[in-house]
Amino acid sequence: MEQQELIPHLFRTEFRKITSVLCKLFGIEHIEVAEDIASETFLTAVESWTYKGLPENPTAWLYQVAKNKANNYLLRNKLFAEKIKPQLKRSSARSEELELDMSNKNITDSQLQMLFVTCHPSIPAEAQVGLALRILCGFGIDEIATAFLTNKETINKRLFRAREKLRIEKVSIEMPDEAEIHQRLETVLTTLYLLFSEGYYSESKDSILRKDLCFEAMRLAYLLIENEPTNTPSVNALLSLFCFHASRFEARKVENGEMILYEDQDESLWNKELIEKGMYFLNMASQGKRITKYHLEAGIAYWHTQKADTSEKWENILSLYNQLLMLEYSPIAALNRTFALSKVKSKAEAIKEAEKLQLNNNHYYFTLLGELYTGIDANKARMNLEQALSLAKTKTDKQTLQRKLEKL
Amino acid sequence: MEEFMLILRHQDGSKIASPEQMQVWMKQTMDWIGSIAAQNKYVGGNGLLFNGANVVTRKKDKITVINGPFGDIKETLGGYMIVKADSIEEAIEFAKGSPVLQGEGNSVEVRQIAHRDGTR
Amino acid sequence: MKDFLLVFRMDYSNMPVATPEQAQAMTKRWMDWIAGISTQGKLADRGNRLENTGKVIRPNNVITNGPFTEIKESLGGYSIIKADSYDAAMEIAKGCPVLSVGGNVEVREVSKL
Repeated sequence: MEQQELIPHLFRTEFRKITSVLCKLFGIEHIEVAEDIASETFLTAVESWTYKGLPENPTAWLYQVAKNKANNYLLRNKLFAEKIKPQLKRSSARSEELELDMSNKNITDSQLQMLFVTCHPSIPAEAQVGLALRILCGFGIDEIATAFLTNKETINKRLFRAREKLRIEKVSIEMPDEAEIHQRLETVLTTLYLLFSEGYYSESKDSILRKDLCFEAMRLAYLLIENEPTNTPSVNALLSLFCFHASRFEARKVENGEMILYEDQDESLWNKELIEKGMYFLNMASQGKRITKYHLEAGIAYWHTQKADTSEKWENILSLYNQLLMLEYSPIAALNRTFALSKVKSKAEAIKEAEKLQLNNNHYYFTLLGELYTGIDANKARMNLEQALSLAKTKTDKQTLQRKLEKL
Repeated sequence: MEEFMLILRHQDGSKIASPEQMQVWMKQTMDWIGSIAAQNKYVGGNGLLFNGANVVTRKKDKITVINGPFGDIKETLGGYMIVKADSIEEAIEFAKGSPVLQGEGNSVEVRQIAHRDGTR
Repeated sequence: MKDFLLVFRMDYSNMPVATPEQAQAMTKRWMDWIAGISTQGKLADRGNRLENTGKVIRPNNVITNGPFTEIKESLGGYSIIKADSYDAAMEIAKGCPVLSVGGNVEVREVSKL
């Protein structure tokens, strides 16, 4: 790998490891110190490698520099040193110098623990996602801002408040105990789900960045699966869902970033390997007793990997949406259920059901009605699609609707 | 918005349906509930097994157990569901869609749930 | 551990009118009984009390008033408990205060949808 590619690559893979390990060592109140030291390490790498060329083992070089910087920080900042020294003594009994334990085990443990910290219920969901992107995925503030379609300032503020909250709550960096782990895991899964959705449905132009968000969510889910106590059926169901969705990455976009709708996708572009992985994790997920919404959504996503319009496919999808709605209502699930109903029964019956939903400020609602009326009542189809167009906010949605109207 | 309980009763719970019938019936039931849930009006519910049912009662100051719910009470509870509705009329509309009503003699009872604080 | 539905039935038409003190004492007995189950970690859903009026819908949209047409003892409320067996569920049901006012408790295993 060339140097100009290697540094961003290492940044993505190593920044989070160094940050997590340092943070674990220093404690949550010094989370920014850990981030700063990791950032400075990479700055030094850029400067030094540009002049002197690549070191023999870049990763080891980074760890060594991070360790030196941490020690310098301890020397410079007496107050900080006094506060955390008792803890450091325990981890390195012999010398006064701080050791960084960059073993695979400690890296994994620290990352898992930090995952539970960033997904702490005391901080709002969007800040959890932001913090996870920063600390666990090594995203720069710029990238996070692009992903969220906002500016650096907003993200900085959001992260600042999140760190502040963690400090005030004195959240400790450790795995929650057994009694707590399932409840805490729910928040972690919600965050990973948001992280993935952010990438999958984002309006951001940067498609590589969007894909990265999705893969990071998958990587973190995998981290949970590899750790025995967190390898639960719901985590497997979530990863299965991610795999099924991700299998359509290549098929859903054309060059200019425009979205290709599911029914128009070239299924030969669907990633078979990811579909198989999805099936494997879905199988693993079926071992528990409890059916979570991730199980149901993964089931729905599985049936969408079958392109052919069979009655079996739509009956299964309808039944899964019924169960999903019983578990947790959401407008989008209600709309998708109604669409499935039109496939299983008839458009006329689905129209009756759709009209009961009354989601009058949701443009997807009118899009659905427009589609259901297509072929039944052209006038009503047009009216509904136009209503949808007037409510649609994003460019992609507007383009899609325009095309539907032209087709009428 | 109030909560109402829909109580599903079967004329004769001892009748045994074939697995195929059961499957059709389950699917209809799920579609019925799904339709209510899609309107964000479903709160919860359960089906009840007919086997092994018991009634605990008190006769002449002695607590006795009667086997099966098919004694004094002719109609057997098959399940229940709780819905949100603005009025009992709306709840009745939901009840009308229940597949239970396909069976002659079956019924759905609609009852408003009492507030915890006793205000209604 | 399975879930069991306890259905409380009583004959509303035959209930003596309670003084406020009596009503309060009754409420307390219910609370104590429920709290006892909850302390054992066996309360799945505290359930609800039902208003004593209602409607019954029969096939072909026949709607009648009130739940009391054919069933002398009408449903007053329900709770869901966790128990290993019917016998264990019945032991819990035997403590229900509804039994002291001429009511009864139907015990039914829940089939998860």
